[in-house]
Amino acid sequence: MTKISPQSAIRDPQSSAVAPVKVVFVGHVDHGKSTLIGRILHDTGSLPEGKVEEIKKACAAEGMEFEFAFLLDALLEEQKQNVTIDTTEIPFRTSRRRYAIIDAPGHKEFLKNMITGASRADAAILVISADEGVREQSRRHAYLLSMLGIKNIIVVVNKMDLVDYSEKRFHEIEQEYRKFLQELGLNARTFIPASAKDGENVARSSMKMKWYCAADVLEALDLLEPRKPDTDLPLRFCIQDVYRFDGRRIIAGRIETGTLRAGDQLVFSPANKSSVVASIERWNAPPTEPAVAGDSVGITLAEQIFVERGYVASHQDETPIETNRFHADLFWIAREPLRSGHFYDLRLATQQVKCQIVSIEQVVDSSTLETKTDGREQLERNEIGRLTIQTRSPLVVDNHERVPNLGRFVIIDDGQICGGGTIFGGVYTDRTVAKSKNIFWTEGKITPRTRAMRSGHRGAVVWLTGLSGAGKSTIAQSLERDLFQHGMHTYVLDGDNIRHGLNSNLGFSPDDRVENISRVSEVAKLMADAGAVVITAFISPYRMDRRRAREIALEGNAEFIEVFVDAPLEVCEARDPKNLYKKARAGEIREFTGIDAPYEAPDDPEIVVHTDEQTVDESVATILEQLLPRLRDYGNDE
Amino acid sequence: MTQTTRTHLDQLENQSIFLFREAYHAFKNIAMPWSMGKDSNVLVWLARKAFLGRVPFPVLHIDTTYEFPEMLEFREWAAKHHNLNLIIKINTEARARGVGYETHDPVTVTHELKTVALQQALAEYRWEALITGIRRDEDPTRAKERYFSPRNAQFEWDYKDQPPEFWSQFVTTAAKGEHVRVQPLLDWTEVDIWRYIERENIPIPKMYFARNGKRFRSLGCSPITHPIESAASTIDEIIAELEATRTTERAGRAQDHYERNAMQKLRAKGFL
Repeated sequence: MTKISPQSAIRDPQSSAVAPVKVVFVGHVDHGKSTLIGRILHDTGSLPEGKVEEIKKACAAEGMEFEFAFLLDALLEEQKQNVTIDTTEIPFRTSRRRYAIIDAPGHKEFLKNMITGASRADAAILVISADEGVREQSRRHAYLLSMLGIKNIIVVVNKMDLVDYSEKRFHEIEQEYRKFLQELGLNARTFIPASAKDGENVARSSMKMKWYCAADVLEALDLLEPRKPDTDLPLRFCIQDVYRFDGRRIIAGRIETGTLRAGDQLVFSPANKSSVVASIERWNAPPTEPAVAGDSVGITLAEQIFVERGYVASHQDETPIETNRFHADLFWIAREPLRSGHFYDLRLATQQVKCQIVSIEQVVDSSTLETKTDGREQLERNEIGRLTIQTRSPLVVDNHERVPNLGRFVIIDDGQICGGGTIFGGVYTDRTVAKSKNIFWTEGKITPRTRAMRSGHRGAVVWLTGLSGAGKSTIAQSLERDLFQHGMHTYVLDGDNIRHGLNSNLGFSPDDRVENISRVSEVAKLMADAGAVVITAFISPYRMDRRRAREIALEGNAEFIEVFVDAPLEVCEARDPKNLYKKARAGEIREFTGIDAPYEAPDDPEIVVHTDEQTVDESVATILEQLLPRLRDYGNDE
Repeated sequence: MTQTTRTHLDQLENQSIFLFREAYHAFKNIAMPWSMGKDSNVLVWLARKAFLGRVPFPVLHIDTTYEFPEMLEFREWAAKHHNLNLIIKINTEARARGVGYETHDPVTVTHELKTVALQQALAEYRWEALITGIRRDEDPTRAKERYFSPRNAQFEWDYKDQPPEFWSQFVTTAAKGEHVRVQPLLDWTEVDIWRYIERENIPIPKMYFARNGKRFRSLGCSPITHPIESAASTIDEIIAELEATRTTERAGRAQDHYERNAMQKLRAKGFL
């Protein structure tokens, strides 16, 4: 009954020289995926000789009844648990062509394996048990298939024997599930009532369900159309590396989509530089023109422009989007939740950048499609969210619906892949006319804002002032560590690193103290201008000196944040970490602040911490709470 | 010639080249075990495809001292032919202790002379990644492999908790003492390997072809590797034979069948 298209009939489609169609099996746990696979392998004669006998013997030894599902559970451990734990790939063939089965598990804990398997698939068979009907994972898996871009779906309503082969029950499930799939934009081609255990409607039409006269499972598979090659999409050549093995610069990479020919004028993003392809390089291969989607090639360029891994080449009239802020749907599979504000690595094709989740607009319950917009700060494992993401450096992207390979990315935390996302809503601009407003190019002068775009924060001077023993140095070190962990460039200036070098010629006379603070102010300004968050920890007792420090910082366009580290004199004197108060009381030190020199407390500091009442951690938290929003506010919200 | 369709072999080749290049970029200190078997020689060939004629990292032969003489001849010839930076590693300590097929069971010997030898080489050269030639179709445990498969400091493969792998993104970091196995042939089948050897005319040992009614389908240590009955003396005949047979490829490899789940045990301990 299968119609063979003229194209596939050119060669023997059964031949092992043609790529098998990869099919992923998904669905709720215990709905019969493994049984269906075992049945298909058996009925198509695809099992190795002796396999069935081997498993039957093993079952007898364990005192268990033979089941088709056991054929798959090659590892003893899986048989014990009776749950398939990982993806496998098993070949079979029909009268029309070859297939490779990717067995995906239904166990909730193993979503990452299902994604691993399904991401390689051409088509999906989604199994729903007739007695239990549509369940949580039936829906979640479909949602993930839609995100993974798998459009070919066959729904098998299995275990029809348990519902007396009821046509009514079958149509109930079909109706409910078809509606769900349509909301996802998925179009299931076929719903098949089957009993994998007995082979009904798997490789043969069922006599028990005469009311159903469409394709059985194997026929439905044979009717699937192969995936359209990506050669018709815009060219995206993603650079993996640049080799200089024989003195020539060979740009190595894969053509993700489109076609590439020698002589083509290419535009490289994110640099917007162009050059002409001088040659397409392959080793020990006949010259094939053009290079097309899926090809791993090397190219040489006519002009020697700087490009490196991560750059994407395209044609002039079909350039991708360059942005550092975009919207995406993201599924999260790591144990630790995805946290808004936290820094992650983002990989898209061969690009890798630091990114931050700006906001989580929606959380989608993937089993009900209900969306929640309750201003969540994190995304839990197995949840799907709609997010705004910001990257530290420009990223080359496409909308997922236009060029899938450049419209999807993964989020990495601590070296582990934690989630995957698809990009939507990006605006394409004509590169020859205008640049996207979301990119910030470092042409000409590098402004504080360009630096802030790169580092993710602006430069600033955080000026701690307070009595000796108030806790300035301790807080400075702790604050520095926290800012550093937030991915910020930060540095502490204190007596230790200033007095011994830059100011080593200064003493503690009033004049020298003024000069000391003045030099610190200048250094802090320069460092803040260079993009760092400078934390200073000096007593700086005089209002006028601190006002001067503020003016100097503002001259350099740096944010100045005065932090009063406040503790009563008695408390500081009791702490006396360096025995300075004792020495001052004994007259060994003259003009010691608080004893025989004044301390002028700030009138209106940006931040006050009370170290007699707060712990170091609490003080640092108080500072961070007010500091971080200021550091991150550098006009990035256009 | 305008040619925009790609054969299955073209697709496999492109994917393997992509994986080689990702691995070479991700890991500074990388090596490729080379057994001189057919898959291993395809791997060398694909490396040269990826790096435009070169193999830019060391190639490691774990010499069990039970090698077929013909294989050793091939080793010498092929290392020159491909201009390989060849490292030969023998577990001399185990051999000195008298570990050998004459006195020990094959699982023990394979573990000592292959896996332990590999561990010794890893400790010596501190490779962060190894490129291996394993295929998903070889064995049920191998079916569960990833393209980039991390091994812990104890050299173990945690097949129950493997990293997700999708959209051509892989685990590309190895902690100190750990390494990542990169497996560019994972999607290939035995028949694909043969078709590719034929298409590319890749040099392989002659022992794969039938002589006097016997040939080797898979090559390992001489005392425990047995030829199969076969008249296949050309690649075409071998492919025809494979397409007709339903016995497994490694049926002639004794260490796999010495006990129940032998292969799984060997692999969890670090066997390739």
